[in-house]
Amino acid sequence: MKKNTFVTPLVLTLALLFIYAPILILALYSFTDAASIGESLHFSVQNYVTLFTTEELADMIKGTLLLALIVAVISTILGTLGAMGSFYSKPGMSAAYRIANQVPVVNADVVTGFSICILLVVVFGISKDTFFPLVAGQTVICAPFVYLSVYPKLGQMDPAIYEAALDLGASPQVAVRKVVIPQIMPGIVSGFVMAVTLSLDDYFVATYTKPASFDTISTYVVNATRGSQTQIKTALWALSTVIFLIVLVICIVMNRKSISGEKRSARKARRANA
Amino acid sequence: MKGTFQRKYLGIPYALYLLVFVILPLVVIVSYAFTDSNGKPGIGNLLNFFTDPNTLGTLVYSLVLAFVTTLICLLIAYPVGYLLAMSSIRSKGAILMLMIMPMWINFTLRITALKELLTMFEGNLAFHPFMNSVIGMTYDFLPFMILPIYNQISRIDKSLLEAAADLGADPTQAFIRVMLPLSMPGVISGISMVFLPAMTNYVVLDMLYNSTYIMGSLIGSYFSAYDWHGGSMISLILLIMICLFTLLAGKDESQGNVRGGSVL
Repeated sequence: MKKNTFVTPLVLTLALLFIYAPILILALYSFTDAASIGESLHFSVQNYVTLFTTEELADMIKGTLLLALIVAVISTILGTLGAMGSFYSKPGMSAAYRIANQVPVVNADVVTGFSICILLVVVFGISKDTFFPLVAGQTVICAPFVYLSVYPKLGQMDPAIYEAALDLGASPQVAVRKVVIPQIMPGIVSGFVMAVTLSLDDYFVATYTKPASFDTISTYVVNATRGSQTQIKTALWALSTVIFLIVLVICIVMNRKSISGEKRSARKARRANA
Repeated sequence: MKGTFQRKYLGIPYALYLLVFVILPLVVIVSYAFTDSNGKPGIGNLLNFFTDPNTLGTLVYSLVLAFVTTLICLLIAYPVGYLLAMSSIRSKGAILMLMIMPMWINFTLRITALKELLTMFEGNLAFHPFMNSVIGMTYDFLPFMILPIYNQISRIDKSLLEAAADLGADPTQAFIRVMLPLSMPGVISGISMVFLPAMTNYVVLDMLYNSTYIMGSLIGSYFSAYDWHGGSMISLILLIMICLFTLLAGKDESQGNVRGGSVL
């Protein structure tokens, strides 16, 4: 494996370069007054001023975040309840849950968005302006991932704890709330985070179900690339940079946490052995 | 103390939700696909699809595009996943995180960045539609190929490779006969994460000012023309392909977590 001391860093660096070159170059140019990449660099924060002072942009970003939060909360509640219901059902019923849950996961988002739109808007005649098709549709693509993230946690739980709670006089409802839910909390939290990111990343369901006057970041960006408003276009470079930095910070924090967690458990293990 | 509450009842809201918003739309798609705009049942939409050279051309084009994209993703992701999983560098977790991080950045913004960069090199992107489509799709979906391959390879017991060497296999033989077969589940999971989106995510092409059509674009254009029946037929054809694909790829349910981007 000696040759890998040279090959591995080279391959990994090239891959990272491919992944990050566009984002980083765009970030660099977001701090200039250039209208396209490759122009000479003149430092300017105009894009950031536009991003934070244009009402249209601010509304769009706030709307996207609010939508993601609402969808993630609904998805987390539904997905968690679904995972528990499915886990404690008979095998046949549990399989039915699993298969139905898997449909939006493997399905193409275009098809999901289109079919939700036909059902709710064309067949049921619900107006897109009510936001109901949008929220219901995004929940369809988010809730299954909450289910998938909670379900394995139920399997890892010791079933005797729930029985013990019942023996000690807790009602089933109380036992679920005070014993089961805390045990599966990590799954619920990571499901919630996934739901938020999936909603933020969604384009197809939004474009088929959203009110005409409402835009998410995705639909807004796609329209802006078709349009010719240079000022808005370059302000989106600033938005891209801000989002990149936020995600980067979150990743670094999570990485630190998992490393220190590993160290802590390693230390614990060592102490237990000693 | 025998209340009426049972834990399985907790699933009722989600069961109803799945019925109404997942199963019912599929029923509607099928029924719209086999009716015309007057509501008369028939296979006109199906015949239209298979007799129109444009739609057939789109199907072939999307298959070729998805195939080439998947192949290139695989050619990049396998060495990356393999080398990262086998290496002993300390910052492995951080590097994996960097590889996966784009999943959490809105894809339209990432494609915008790619488009600006490509435009600088190529000028008008419409001159090389196929090449730019492949670059765009590869850029968008690469992390979804790296993650399952990495996960699978890092799970492989490395002593198996030593055993192969002890039994007289040279490194190439050990790789081909031990590593490659054992890493296959990750490869298959990665392929299923890339192939279908590459057939349907037409926004990537739209954003790169690309005038070519893939299967997803057909749904988009039927949608804009308010032709629910034609759009439903395309959706149904895609659904059937997805079903076949899922059956072929096997019951790998870990892919749900890959798409959700859960590395932790």
